[in-house]
Amino acid sequence: MAQIELDLAHAYKPNPQVETDYALLPLKMSFRDGGAYALLGPSGCGKTTMLNIMSGLVVPSQGTVKFDGVDVTRSSPQERNIAQVFQFPVIYDTMTVAQNLAFPLKNRQVPADQIRKRVGQIAEMLDMSHQLDMRAAGLSADQKQKISLGRGLVRSDVSAVLFDEPLTVIDPHLKWQLRRKLKQIHHELKLTLIYVTHDQVEALTFADEVVVMTRGKAVQVGSAEALFERPAHTFVGHFIGSPGMNFLPAQAGGGVLTVQGQAVQVPQGLAVPEGALKLGIRPEYLQVSAVAEPGTLAAVVRQVQDVGTYQMVTCDAVGVVLKLRLTPQAQAPQVGAQVFLHVLGPHTCFYKNEELVA
Amino acid sequence: MQLILEGVGKSVSGQVHLYPQTLALHPGQVTVLLGATQAGKTSLMRIMAGLDTPTQGRVLVDGQDVTGLAVRHRNVAMVYQQFINYPSMTVFDNIASPLKLSGQADVAKRVHELATKLHIEMFLDRLPAELSGGQQQRVALARALAKKAPLMLLDEPLVNLDYKLREELREELAQLFATGDSTVVYATTEPAEALLLGGYTAVLDRGRLLQYGPTAEVFHQPASIQVASAFSDPPMNLLPAQTSATGVALPGGFELPLALPASAPKDVVLGARASALRVQGQPGDLQLPGVVELAEISGSDTFVHAQTPVGNLVAQLTGVHEFKLGAPISLFLQPSQVYVFDAAGPLVMAPLRSGRMG
Repeated sequence: MAQIELDLAHAYKPNPQVETDYALLPLKMSFRDGGAYALLGPSGCGKTTMLNIMSGLVVPSQGTVKFDGVDVTRSSPQERNIAQVFQFPVIYDTMTVAQNLAFPLKNRQVPADQIRKRVGQIAEMLDMSHQLDMRAAGLSADQKQKISLGRGLVRSDVSAVLFDEPLTVIDPHLKWQLRRKLKQIHHELKLTLIYVTHDQVEALTFADEVVVMTRGKAVQVGSAEALFERPAHTFVGHFIGSPGMNFLPAQAGGGVLTVQGQAVQVPQGLAVPEGALKLGIRPEYLQVSAVAEPGTLAAVVRQVQDVGTYQMVTCDAVGVVLKLRLTPQAQAPQVGAQVFLHVLGPHTCFYKNEELVA
Repeated sequence: MQLILEGVGKSVSGQVHLYPQTLALHPGQVTVLLGATQAGKTSLMRIMAGLDTPTQGRVLVDGQDVTGLAVRHRNVAMVYQQFINYPSMTVFDNIASPLKLSGQADVAKRVHELATKLHIEMFLDRLPAELSGGQQQRVALARALAKKAPLMLLDEPLVNLDYKLREELREELAQLFATGDSTVVYATTEPAEALLLGGYTAVLDRGRLLQYGPTAEVFHQPASIQVASAFSDPPMNLLPAQTSATGVALPGGFELPLALPASAPKDVVLGARASALRVQGQPGDLQLPGVVELAEISGSDTFVHAQTPVGNLVAQLTGVHEFKLGAPISLFLQPSQVYVFDAAGPLVMAPLRSGRMG
């Protein structure tokens, strides 16, 4: 296992001039030995490029990749001793499940009794013990992908295991179990795991630290809690959470805050930065009152949806759409009613130029 | 348009894909077909479209038997998982093609209207291959809408998109469907998607139609354990129990006071949605001691898996919460929030939805 350090940038075309020419803008990042990381972002954000640079499938156009301090920028995946799991199953159909799992170990001349032990352990973790003697050809896509995961995890001497959207072909109900398995496996095997996904649930559940990426840039590296409570960039607030954070353009100065010309009284004890701001409030934290109070903004209820496990209320406040979540038991306001939304409160985040300032 | 499937069944070379089922779609509304892969969603849609002929039963459109009528003689628009467009035509011509075929006037105006609605008006001169996946699917959706067909079939149209794009497009689609111009059928594997789309939901499981009704009603009043399992993510907590003099008795000597109907059988299954379990107690709660197996985090919720004396449970908590693996935990459950099923499957009792009454 290894600590991985990146100090690089990458452009797929020669002579990059402007930011958009880069698939990855210049960055410095370090992945701790034994850590579980997720690279999270929409398609085209650079997460797969970053993974491929770590695995050795792509050589960065500038800078270096180091494994435990050794420059491996131009080394192949084999030389880096990397295990990889892809979106779709990569297995041998003619082999049994056990033979498939054993294959990476056999290639490395691991003694037979050790192979048997490790294959048994991995199969047990993935609930495949009863299928060890079955031929892979007869299994469903789900099961085949589980073998792929097992093959990625079976060697204990790898520098890191890299996953590229490994649960894409898995049914939602089984996804639940596999996310849980991967997390447990990480705690038991202590491998360095790096996981690329566009799915926030997979990323936040799986990783100790999530790297949120957009447009070739890592905008925040942090725990699930940090990304939820204090998004460092408006993109993180938007991207994490369903629905994402609400944003309200505002102007503050001399103890007064206005939103599109409407004054909002600043609650006592709350410090508000001066100047042109964006307020960020999560739907989970947006409180609603029937009457005006300090920190509230008048709004009109546009829609109330019963989403089963909660109610989603969509409001319009001076032309901005704001969403909030209520428990299924809560009394939801009527559509068309005027309400007052607590846009200034202990959970409100303040942004300037899309970056968190307070 | 009124579409009725009357005792429709489908077998292919001796294998049953659809068991005989009757389904009368609500005209001008959205019907969600909800079920795991292989549930029969696509088979059912192909029969609705006229792409396949049922082995038995009849398809009625506004009272007319159209069972054997091929798709080209029906007025149906379809959108698939894959982004299907004419690759050599510009976005404009793609959207215009159904309008030209039907000899409509004002083609350019209509194309611009639809493109604006789906936020692709800036790409009208491009070829589909020059667009991102989300934009390509918007083109396919615009073309389907351009057809103004009385029946619109969408087979997991958002499954291949990033979840944020999915969130955005789903909301736009719900608004487009709300005009009531078409009868819409929308297949998905995701319970949350059905709830967000609203309308009506038909729950399918291994070729069987289990329940059809208003989406929120099917969710809150599932007819059976099978429906409850299919229509919950995370899966509903299901615990084998026995009726007692005062309610139900759970494994480990736990009792839940409940006023069950006299007809309730001895052997029952207690159902508790993950969102009904809390970590803070309230008066009248049943307290269940347990050990944390794993905490999964979506952007907005934390799903705590715990081992308890009554069985393994999943609790859904709003926001991001950290739990150590193996840490002790107490889960609280209000007796009024549980479902009781006959162990053989049918619903005996669903929670009263008090919050929605007064």
